[in-house]
Amino acid sequence: MNSYEQLLLRHCQESDELIVLTAENRGHLRNVPPLLGNRFIDVGIAEQTMIGMAAGMAVRGRTVVTHALAAFLTMRAFEFIRDDVGIPNASVLMVGMVPGLLSDGNGPTHQAIEDVAIMRGIPNIGVFCPMDIDEFVEGMDYLITDGKPYYVRYIGLPPVAAHTEPFLPGVAEVLHGNDISSPDVTILSYGFMCRIALSIIPLLESKNIRVRLVNMRTLKPIDEWRIRHELEDAQVVVTLEDHLLTGGLYSIVGEVLLRNHIPEHASVFPIALSSWFKPGRLQEVLAYEGLDPVALASRIETFFSTHIKESVVHE
Amino acid sequence: MKTLDISSLQRTSIHVREHILRMSTNGGAFTGASLSCADLLVYLYKSFLRVDPASVGNDARDLLLLSKGHDVPALYGVFAELGFIDPDRLANHLSTRDSIYWHPNREIPGVEFHSGSLGHLLSVGIGMAIDARMRKLASRVVVVVGDGELNEGSIWEACLTAAAHKVDNLIVVVDRNGFQANMRTEELIPLEPIADKFRAFGWLVHEADGHDYDDLHQTFSSLLLGCGKPNVVIAMTQRGKGVPSIAERADRWFCDFSLREVVELVDELNGRSTAELSSDTLVVR
Ligand SMILES: [Mg+2]
Repeated sequence: MNSYEQLLLRHCQESDELIVLTAENRGHLRNVPPLLGNRFIDVGIAEQTMIGMAAGMAVRGRTVVTHALAAFLTMRAFEFIRDDVGIPNASVLMVGMVPGLLSDGNGPTHQAIEDVAIMRGIPNIGVFCPMDIDEFVEGMDYLITDGKPYYVRYIGLPPVAAHTEPFLPGVAEVLHGNDISSPDVTILSYGFMCRIALSIIPLLESKNIRVRLVNMRTLKPIDEWRIRHELEDAQVVVTLEDHLLTGGLYSIVGEVLLRNHIPEHASVFPIALSSWFKPGRLQEVLAYEGLDPVALASRIETFFSTHIKESVVHE
Repeated sequence: MKTLDISSLQRTSIHVREHILRMSTNGGAFTGASLSCADLLVYLYKSFLRVDPASVGNDARDLLLLSKGHDVPALYGVFAELGFIDPDRLANHLSTRDSIYWHPNREIPGVEFHSGSLGHLLSVGIGMAIDARMRKLASRVVVVVGDGELNEGSIWEACLTAAAHKVDNLIVVVDRNGFQANMRTEELIPLEPIADKFRAFGWLVHEADGHDYDDLHQTFSSLLLGCGKPNVVIAMTQRGKGVPSIAERADRWFCDFSLREVVELVDELNGRSTAELSSDTLVVR
């Protein structure tokens, strides 16, 4: 049994009110159906029905954790999420499988790369994008207890770095460079790309570029203090995400800039998807899309060398 | 089962229809669709459902969901007559000082779930019915859907799931008034044979005259709840029922009458005279 299955089992044992639903997406839950009994329901390939059912259960007092492929969950069932979970602020967690680049070889139909944009647009619904199974399980533990509706980008990969902060919605964690002041580059990222970012750091540091890496964790609520701080502290801020440019972290940073009237000297370099990505084995996709560590380090270095604040100021 | 007092049901249904007509002005309402399900809702709330203003917070109450939410004037008319809400509130229709607008919402006591977008509340009802079953509550969940609403794929997706999970404390009522927004259903997206469709999806199918209280009572008394299958009642109704000037009129789906017309329509409803209608027929809303 994996750690997520253990978490679901523990919460089901602790509370009679937790229900687990899936739209025939059982890969990461395969051991729990017999253990959860009638509190595990597979609705079949029916994402809309699953969300409507979850909402009906939630207004009757349940907390419901739902599972489906991220693309179908957020887009096939979008209106059900908006109307039936969003409007009543229903206690439903929506776990989207293989989000972003993790859909690797499936092709564009399965690529959830606008999920953050559309989910954060719904009032009441939060967005959590963990970078490894430990962060996912810790966050789900918090959110199941909390009971507010959230969309969660699932990730089952093992940790590649130690987390520095306990999970809290709206609080980012600094994974690297907390001890340096005024870094040359701050990378803001989340989810799978945060893992890649860790591999970029030594490449940039070998070029004497001082780097800070921030894992945003939740994109809604967003850690606005952290974004403002990095915009003022770092020479260059990079947003790195496996999401379309529109509506994701880069857009969020733009909103923070405007809201706080601090665009004067901010240099923000967005690294995101401009369209559907080339399907294939994940490592090959990264290389094809210029998202492998070497390519990313080179892109960031080039941006940094032409956008350091002093040069802007002296213009 | 509550006892059947037909003259009381009929009196209430007249009052409910008067409420519907009085809400069909100063901004308007979906009058025709409301009138078609008025008798159904009167019957269900007075003679079938185990819920009243005193028990509206009880966990074991029966739950009615109005999936075709645009006929909410009929529901609020029933709520006003049965004491769920103060009848004076209906005069607040479309006023921002209250929450009485074209679709149901949970600000109104008695509303179990909001609606508006079609094809949602069958799945919500399945969730509620399974929840009640897990809690070993006797609650029955009734979901009222329109016939036009059966165009939505989500209805049939949910029908499969309900049958698969043997949701046998769930009752769907189809308000079969023969119309969708602007046209007869059979002229746009033919639905017949509806009964066979539900049967093929694994449901127990019942048919009733949606304006005949005896027939409704017989039908709802013969539902086989708890037998492993969901039940559906196809209630044959007439859009605009009770008000001949707008009955069966494709262009009287949404109505925004003048105050004079409302007075005349209430007279017509009570068999005193025929209304003379001059307000615009609103085809699309
Ligand atoms: Mg109809």
